[in-house]
Amino acid sequence: MAANTSFDLEEITVRQANQALQEADAGSFTVANPKGVHALVCGLDAPLEVSIDGHVGYYCAGMNKQAEVNVDGNAGTGLAENMMSGKVHVTGNASQSAAATAHGGLLVIDGNASARCGISLKGADIVVKGNVGHMSAFMAQTGNLVVLGDAGDALGDSIYEVRLYVRGKVASLGADCIEKDMKQEHHDQLRALLDAAGCEGVETSEFKRYGSARKLYSFNVDNVDAY
Amino acid sequence: MCGIVGLFLKNKELEPDLGRLTALMLKEMRDRGPDSAGFAVYGDEAEGTKITLLSKTDETDWNALAKALSKATGEDVDVKTVGNHALFTTPAEGLGARRWIIDNAPDVTVLAAGKSIELYKGIGDPDAVIEDYALAKRTGTHAIGHTRMATESAITTAGSHPFSTGEDTCLVHNGSLSNHNRLRDNLRRYGESFQTENDTEVAAGYLSWRVREGDTLDEALTRGLKDLDGFYTFAVGVRNGFAVLRDPIACKPAVIAENDDWVAMSSEFRAIAQLPDARQANIWEPEPSTIYAWSHN
Repeated sequence: MAANTSFDLEEITVRQANQALQEADAGSFTVANPKGVHALVCGLDAPLEVSIDGHVGYYCAGMNKQAEVNVDGNAGTGLAENMMSGKVHVTGNASQSAAATAHGGLLVIDGNASARCGISLKGADIVVKGNVGHMSAFMAQTGNLVVLGDAGDALGDSIYEVRLYVRGKVASLGADCIEKDMKQEHHDQLRALLDAAGCEGVETSEFKRYGSARKLYSFNVDNVDAY
Repeated sequence: MCGIVGLFLKNKELEPDLGRLTALMLKEMRDRGPDSAGFAVYGDEAEGTKITLLSKTDETDWNALAKALSKATGEDVDVKTVGNHALFTTPAEGLGARRWIIDNAPDVTVLAAGKSIELYKGIGDPDAVIEDYALAKRTGTHAIGHTRMATESAITTAGSHPFSTGEDTCLVHNGSLSNHNRLRDNLRRYGESFQTENDTEVAAGYLSWRVREGDTLDEALTRGLKDLDGFYTFAVGVRNGFAVLRDPIACKPAVIAENDDWVAMSSEFRAIAQLPDARQANIWEPEPSTIYAWSHN
């Protein structure tokens, strides 16, 4: 398919647009008039560049592999859900469960993300330039969540090995989530993530790191009598 | 599931288009609630009280009921019928007239009473309900609509949203309440009357009770956060205003958009996308346990 292909969702259906993108193996694409439709540009698996001009609905860029998806607007529930690789960028806000269960790739949200951002994260990186809502990184397993603003209640509840970097206030930490030291390796990793997300003028020293106390998911021999 | 829409106009010039815009939004929420639909429109203030009624039998003799109500209250009653609904207009005191009809007309459900509110609902395809009750032609200052996927009570016209139990107050709900039976019993003791087994009607009755006790809408909703147990995104209409509230867990969706001309809320952005200049509006997801309210002074 030729480069710079345009799709207008006032002329074709979401299914037609998704199918054309899923069949493409390279190129850059624009999608106009999304008007909050669901499941847009899902299941891509090629190094495409896709720009969506407007607000999208649920599950945008779900299961993304390799592709770089840019949304000029807000996104609904389940943005980049189960992303495997590639990059998804939203210029506005994202609703609940952004990057839920995502295994790889980078999600950048310029605005706020609401509740459960990075729930059950399995290896992806998330950078939110605004705030995240309650229960973010719930049961998150591996990967990184960077928040330039504040985090809502119960951050990192029942967390496994995800690293949480928060610049602002944390309303409360969830069960088994604690503040941890920022060592050099964490400064280095955070710097790389901030650079990848285009966060200029933001210092890693402004952040605190949170992670698992490892008391909830590790078997403790002292408790053997309880079993 | 269920779909909710609410539209509150800030720009008076849009008032002739209130119904048309609300209809566009509600049609977009059809997939979220194909069982039934309903809407409340605030506009055309009456000198006395407007009472919207629903016939449970489709055979109600509205003129005879109006005559009986007129005799009981000593005031004239004007009658307009729309499908199986009727709109009574009377100088009589609204809540008294409402109560009289509930007590004396067992084949009728009182959908709403107030100076400004009119409320219509029906089962089946939301598009047909929108058409049958001419939503697109209605004018006014604000409107609330609902498409229902029934969970807590049967699919009936009376069990469709919005629910209104107090004067010019109405409520639509996405979610389900778990303490509605106990709460309904308590509210009956405080003098509220209920016409269905629906959980949302209890929430509407709760707000009416609190407002009657002297709470502002804001105070009533704040107290509701403690007393209403369950999942909810509510959109609430009052005579001169509009409010949105989500429960502390906020698992039921909601999005709000605002510009200089209007405030809109819906379960999903695609309903708001139907409005003029929606893309440039300030758009956000309402926080849990937070009351968002707008009113005309």
